[in-house]
Amino acid sequence: MSRKRRTLHVPEPPARPGEQPDFSQLKLPKAGEALKPAVDGDAAEMHDLAFSLVRVLDDKHKAVGDWDPKLDAETLRTGLRHMLLLRIYDDRMQTLQRTGKLSFYMKSLGEEAVAIAQGMALRDEDILFPSYRQPGLQLVRGRNLVDMMCHCISNQRDNAKGRQMPVHYTWREGNFVSISSPVGTQFPQAVGAAMAFAYRGEENVAISWVGDGTAAEGDFHYAINFAAVYRAPVILNVVNNQWAISTHMNISIGGATFAARGIAYGLPSIRVDGNDFLALYAVTQWAAERARQGLGATFIEVFTYRGEAHSTSDDPTRYRPKNEWKSWPLGDPIERLKAHLKAIGEWDNKKHKALEKELNELVIKSYKKAEEFGTLDEGPYPPASTLFEDVYKNELPHLRKQRQQLGV
Amino acid sequence: MAQMNIVQAVNSALDTLLERDENVVIFGEDVGYFGGVFRCTDGLQAKHGLHRVFDTPLSEGGIASIAIGMGINGLRPVAEIQFSDYIFPAFDQITNELAKLRYRSGGEYWAPVTFRTPCGGGIRGGHYHSQSPEVYFTHTPGLKVVVVSNPYDAKGLLTTAVEDDDPVIFFEPKRLYNGPFDGDHTAAAKKWDTHPGGEVPEDYYRIPLGEAKVVAPGDDVTLLAWGTMVHVAQAAAARSPTSCEVIDLRSLLPLDLEAIVASVQKTGRCVVVHEAPRTSGYGGELAAQIMEECFWQLEAPVERVTGWDTPFPHTLEWEYFPSQERVMEAIARTMENN
Repeated sequence: MSRKRRTLHVPEPPARPGEQPDFSQLKLPKAGEALKPAVDGDAAEMHDLAFSLVRVLDDKHKAVGDWDPKLDAETLRTGLRHMLLLRIYDDRMQTLQRTGKLSFYMKSLGEEAVAIAQGMALRDEDILFPSYRQPGLQLVRGRNLVDMMCHCISNQRDNAKGRQMPVHYTWREGNFVSISSPVGTQFPQAVGAAMAFAYRGEENVAISWVGDGTAAEGDFHYAINFAAVYRAPVILNVVNNQWAISTHMNISIGGATFAARGIAYGLPSIRVDGNDFLALYAVTQWAAERARQGLGATFIEVFTYRGEAHSTSDDPTRYRPKNEWKSWPLGDPIERLKAHLKAIGEWDNKKHKALEKELNELVIKSYKKAEEFGTLDEGPYPPASTLFEDVYKNELPHLRKQRQQLGV
Repeated sequence: MAQMNIVQAVNSALDTLLERDENVVIFGEDVGYFGGVFRCTDGLQAKHGLHRVFDTPLSEGGIASIAIGMGINGLRPVAEIQFSDYIFPAFDQITNELAKLRYRSGGEYWAPVTFRTPCGGGIRGGHYHSQSPEVYFTHTPGLKVVVVSNPYDAKGLLTTAVEDDDPVIFFEPKRLYNGPFDGDHTAAAKKWDTHPGGEVPEDYYRIPLGEAKVVAPGDDVTLLAWGTMVHVAQAAAARSPTSCEVIDLRSLLPLDLEAIVASVQKTGRCVVVHEAPRTSGYGGELAAQIMEECFWQLEAPVERVTGWDTPFPHTLEWEYFPSQERVMEAIARTMENN
C-alpha cells in the first residue's frame, strides 16, 4: 500500500468563505466557574486561569461568581454609553472614509469592551500603550470627540500635525502614548514605562495591548520576560480577536492558549471573555491592584472576535465566512451589557433608543465642528514648514537648508 | 505577450518559478490563502499547494530566519515582507546572518533567499507605509538590491533574483503596482497598458541583475533614478528644455557603473533622483562614484533630488515626494554655468 507523501504541515482556520462558521472547537466554561485568587496570590497556583475563561455574565444576563466586580448601575451605564459612542463614532468615520474625507480607517466593532472596560478599571495616572484597536480608551478619559476627528481627517487641528495615518492617535494629556503601525513595538515599551514608575516608587501602572497575530513578534516575548524579571507594574494584554488581517490565530499559535505563554515566564496569566464587560473590568482591576502593591505584572488574554475588516484596506469576505461574527458564541459586548442592565432593572429599550439618538447627534455635531478646521480631501493642511518640525527638538542646520529649498 | 500590471507580473514570475523548480517556496504574512494584501500571490496556493505557498505568523524576524534555514537546507525561499517599513525586525537576520553566511563559512554555506517587499510612497500611507529603505541593504556587503519600475522588468528581474544563489532584497514600489506614476497626483491614474513596460511575456525569461536601462536618450544631463522616480524623472525630462538622458538603474547592487559612466562622460552633468531621505542616501554613493570616474568630464556638480531628511509625512505627502518641478530645477542648476 502506498503511503501518502509526507510534507510540511500548514494549519488552516476551521472555516473559509462559502463554509459555515465553525466554533465547535472552542471550550467555553460557564460564567462564574473560574476561581478568583487573592491579589497577592502565588502565580504558580493560578495556572488554571490561563486555560479557563473568566466570565461573569451568565446566559440569563446576571452577574455571577467570585469575579463579579459588583459595579454600581451608574458605572455600568457609563460603560454602555462609552461602548455605544465608540460604535457610532466608528460607523460615522468609516462612512466618511468611503467618501474620501479620511485616507483610512479601522473600527473596533465587537471589541468595544476591551478599551472601555479595561480603561475604566484604571486610574487616569496610569499610562496607556495601546495598539490601533483601542481608541476607545480616549472616550473613557474624556477626550473631546472633535479632537479625535481632527486627527482622523488630518486637518489643521490634528494634534499629530498630519504626520500619521488616521486612527494613530496621540494624547499626552490623557496618558495615551502615540500609536505606531508596526505591531507589538509598544508592548516592551510599556514595560519600560512601568519600570520607571517602580524606580520612582510610584503606585501607577502601565498597560498595553497587542493582537493575537502580534504574539508571534519578538517584541511580544521581550515584554513578558522583562516584565517578569523586574516585577514591573504592567498589565500586558493580548487581544485574541481570532484574525490578524487574513491570518487566523491557528497560524499564530501552535497549541495551548496565548495566556499559557505567560505561565512559562512566571506571570499570573488570565484568559478572559473579551465581550463580557464585567469580567474584563474585574480582571483588569485585579491586575492593576496587584501591580500597585508591588507584586508585578499580569498577562491577560482577552478572548474576542474582530467583527469588522482589519481596516478599510481589507476585504475579509475573501478569507472568512461572511456571517462568522454573528455566530461568535460570546456575543456582542454592547448587547450583553445592555441585557444585563435591563435584567437588573436599570435600563430599558426606551432609554437605549434615547441614548443612541443623543450619541448620534453628538457625533454629527462634533464632525461639523471638526470639518471647520479642514479635511484631507479639501484641506487646508498644516503649513508645509511643519514638515521639518519635531524631527529633532531643535531644527538642525541641514533641515533648515532643506526647508528653505522648499521655500517655506 | 500579455498586458500585465506589476502585481500580475510578479504573480506570473512566481507561478513560473514554482512550476520550474520544486525547491521554490513562497511565504509571508497573508500571502497564502488570501494571496497577499497587494494580491501578488493570488491563486498560487490553490494551484501549487499549501506547503509551497503559505501564511506565516506575524514575525518578520521569524520569516527571515526560517528563510535562511530553508535556504541552507536546499530550498529556494521567496519571502514577502508585507511593507518594507516592517522589515526592521528582520534586519539582524538579514544583515548579520544572511548577508555574511557565505563569507563566514568560507564559502561552505549560503542561502539563496529573495525578500520581496513593497516600498515607497504616494499612497497616503504615512511614515510606516511609505519608506524607501534600500540603502540599509546596499550598505551591507553580501546582499544584492533590486528596485523595479515596470511590469516587464519586475517579472524578468524577479526570476533572476530568485534563481540567484546570493540573497536579494527585491523592492516593489507600491505606487506603481497598478500603473505608472509620474509624481502628478492631480492627474487621473494611468494603467500599465499606457506604458511599453506593461507588455509582459507569459513564459519564463530573465533580466540580468546589474544592467541599467536607458529609458530616454539625451545629450546634456544624465538623470539617474530607480523605482517610482524613473517615471518622475522621465516626465521632468520631457518637460525640460534641456536634452536629458534618463537611466533606470534597476539594480543598485550590483551597480551598472559602466552605463552610468558612459552617459555622464557624454553629458558632463548628472542629477540623481530618489525618494529616500538625502543624508546617506544612495545618491551620495552615486555622486562619489561619478566623481571618481568622471571628474574631468563633469561640467557641474552632481545634483541630488531626494526625499527630505524627515520621516515620510501623511498629510504633507506631496510636499515631501520629489516632484517633477524639483527635478527640473536641478536640471536647470546643472546647466547654469553652461
